[in-house]
Amino acid sequence: MTGAETVPGALLTGGAGWAFVVFAVLALGTAVAVVVAKNPIHSALFLLSSFLVVACIFILQSAEFVGAVQILVYGGGIMVLFLFVIMLVHQRTVRETVAFQHQWDIALLFVIAFLLPFLYVLWTERFPPIAPNPDAFRTVRGRIVGNTEAVAWVLYRDYLLPFEVASVFLLVAMIGAVVLGKRSAEKVD
Amino acid sequence: MTITINHFLVVSFLLFSIGLFGVLVRRNFLTVLMSVELMMNAVNLNLIAFSKRLSDLTGQVFSVFVITIAAGEAAIGLALTISLFRQRRTLNVEEASTMQG
Repeated sequence: MTGAETVPGALLTGGAGWAFVVFAVLALGTAVAVVVAKNPIHSALFLLSSFLVVACIFILQSAEFVGAVQILVYGGGIMVLFLFVIMLVHQRTVRETVAFQHQWDIALLFVIAFLLPFLYVLWTERFPPIAPNPDAFRTVRGRIVGNTEAVAWVLYRDYLLPFEVASVFLLVAMIGAVVLGKRSAEKVD
Repeated sequence: MTITINHFLVVSFLLFSIGLFGVLVRRNFLTVLMSVELMMNAVNLNLIAFSKRLSDLTGQVFSVFVITIAAGEAAIGLALTISLFRQRRTLNVEEASTMQG
């Protein structure tokens, strides 16, 4: 990265920067398609492509492990769950003629009012440049090992307790999903 | 093309706003859940961008945690979807108004 020194605070330069532009436009376009698509199956497939494009952005940002986890968990797990549920509920009830609520214009105004201060701040303010250290994402104790091992060292040493709490959270979520999805005996469809 | 942290934040905020808009306006409960996932994804993008900027792995670790939370949230939300569909035979959130919400 020779251009990183010329522009202070640059995260990506050159071809990687253009790749980010392409991925960002794709991510935003597929996200809009998720929201406006009438058929939930189309929404789910657009959501899958949005996840994959965002995973590409992660990999550009030297977060290879998180990108892989994104593809595995979102693309492999959550999307399959969504598609299963879409197919479980009846097709006729899922497809609807009016997808939006009637007050969608007020919601759009609210979202724009939510967005504008952030965009204003980002347009006027510049974060102070910090010297980049690309080796920080793949170094463990001075040895260059790779992103996965570096993330594992941070995850299992500094954040071991949150990791265990996350496992308890997943257990609670699983029990909750089973209880909520259980067909109760007194309720007859 | 030189990309700074501001570009990342703009993309992240736009993604978050699209998800927020979807949560607010969609009537299908499944699409509302998908919009929530979009918002989580935007947060992850933010975490990764600041992780790269600060040369600190903590952001990446926290995005793994956010992905975990998103998985649990999707499981609970989809179970709620099944439950709602069993009781009401619909996924329209406007018809689930027993509590006058």
